[in-house]
Amino acid sequence: MRNVLIVARKEVQEGLRNRWVLATTLLLAALALSLTFLGSAPTGNVGVRALDVVIVSLSSLTIFLLPLIALLISHDAIVGEMERGTMLLLLSYPIARWQVLLGKFAGHLAILAFATLLGYGAAAAALAITGSAIDAESWVAFGSMVGSSIMLGAIFIAVGYLVSALVGNRGTAAGIAIGIWLLFVLIYDMALLGILVVDQGQTVSGSVLNALLLLNPTDVYRLFNLTGFANVSSFSGMAGVAQGVTLSLPVLLAALAAWTLVPLALAALAFSRREL
Amino acid sequence: MTATVELHHVAKRFGKVEAVRDVSFDLPEGETVALVGHNGAGKTTLLKLMLGLIRPTAGSIRVLGDDPSAGEFTARRRLGYLPESVSFNTGLTGRETLAFYARLKREPMRDALVLLERVGLTHAADRRVGTYSKGMRQRLGLAQALLGAPRVLLLDEPTTGLDPALRQSFYEIVQELRGGGSTVLLSSHALTELEERAGRVIIMNRGVKVADGTLDDLRRLARLPTRIRLRVADGGFPHVSNWLGPISDWRRINGHMIEIDARPEEKIDILRRATGDGAAVEDLDVFPPTLDELYAHFLRSQEMAP
Repeated sequence: MRNVLIVARKEVQEGLRNRWVLATTLLLAALALSLTFLGSAPTGNVGVRALDVVIVSLSSLTIFLLPLIALLISHDAIVGEMERGTMLLLLSYPIARWQVLLGKFAGHLAILAFATLLGYGAAAAALAITGSAIDAESWVAFGSMVGSSIMLGAIFIAVGYLVSALVGNRGTAAGIAIGIWLLFVLIYDMALLGILVVDQGQTVSGSVLNALLLLNPTDVYRLFNLTGFANVSSFSGMAGVAQGVTLSLPVLLAALAAWTLVPLALAALAFSRREL
Repeated sequence: MTATVELHHVAKRFGKVEAVRDVSFDLPEGETVALVGHNGAGKTTLLKLMLGLIRPTAGSIRVLGDDPSAGEFTARRRLGYLPESVSFNTGLTGRETLAFYARLKREPMRDALVLLERVGLTHAADRRVGTYSKGMRQRLGLAQALLGAPRVLLLDEPTTGLDPALRQSFYEIVQELRGGGSTVLLSSHALTELEERAGRVIIMNRGVKVADGTLDDLRRLARLPTRIRLRVADGGFPHVSNWLGPISDWRRINGHMIEIDARPEEKIDILRRATGDGAAVEDLDVFPPTLDELYAHFLRSQEMAP
């Protein structure tokens, strides 16, 4: 355990030094703040439920941005250190490979969590300061949005490690990481939509759709945030989908957890078998 | 003497390439051993096998009682390793880097700072490693290898990039560790690099161990001739064979020099005759076989073998 913390600490130290933490936090804060204030323009200044509108826009932002940031940090975690030669030395120390991987995961997740909390927190704080009325239910929804955003980041960090543990060089890892991002964030949903339109509900039943949605972590995240809370779903236009999809919150949470743990375990396995 | 590192019939192949073939040796405590071979002879592969970074295709390895290929690593606390062309994360300072490695070995920071002082990096401790010269990185690499007073020290081409003064203090540190009972394995691509400091030499060629012994053992085995150079007095040439006796292997270098390749058993005889009465010799030089010649001999002898 101590080894894991030692590696995690070093990852955070490096993140602070090479400005990853700063850049990510600023990017998320800037986008969150602009969405908060510009985003209220089309809905008009209704004054109520302002935070719910923010949740809808921020969760869309998360789906695009957090996987990208997570993959950027993680795709060269293993193969990059191998290419630079630093992994050789690290593995000659009294530390198991899974501890190296878990330590990096903890460190990278801490960086991402810090940036998300601070960036999105800034948006919520700005709303509260400017005098919008926010009720307790909205705060809960906001809290779970931030929490699940961090989980989505964790998923793509784990997926990035898996790529990093499998491929032979950094260039390939970067290429595959971008491919994965495109697949999960853009292509998958378009393809799914296309299938649903063509199929007209003939063969794709509700349970098949559920399964298909669970196979993409960004869809799980979207369902969790946009249908989980009544007020939010009415703003997001997902209320219709929410009725058709019968996945409960615990199932969605379990899916998010599985999407983190399975790639992470596979990455540990691949890394432990790897020769360098 | 107990062995700290044991290799039994170790082989490693990467696809079609046999990097190491049937290598066995024990490294006892308190010995400095040189592992010598060309690039690609299998030195680095052997070191990686000892560290468990790669697994042997055949054979078994023990390092301080652990089997590294099974992922056992407790003994690595007492093991120091300096990779060939060591690299560090460039963003951290020298002090932070060494602190990280000290934490992994559960060594107090105090000791790490002493090592930093010892390799002469204290003045640069708070600069980023990215700004270090190659020699400085090598020194930082040495400092991390020495963390925790290792009982086994594996050094891959350790003195490349070190200036003569630092090389000297490097060998002093090695000497001290050996005195304390540590095993030191130095790998190098040339015997001369080691300046006769290793008690024992293992020569590798194309993945095979071709020689193993002290330098004296190797010299005896190789039976390389000693070169003797004689400066002959004016007019002495026509009579050389009169006083020198029947020697097959001699040649004229110029007007007043001859060179003899003396086999070990005839060396003393030749010297006696060359310095005896009637020999027209003005001056004499004796060159024992150099380490490079010795090394070349063992490489050649293996290549001629089937």
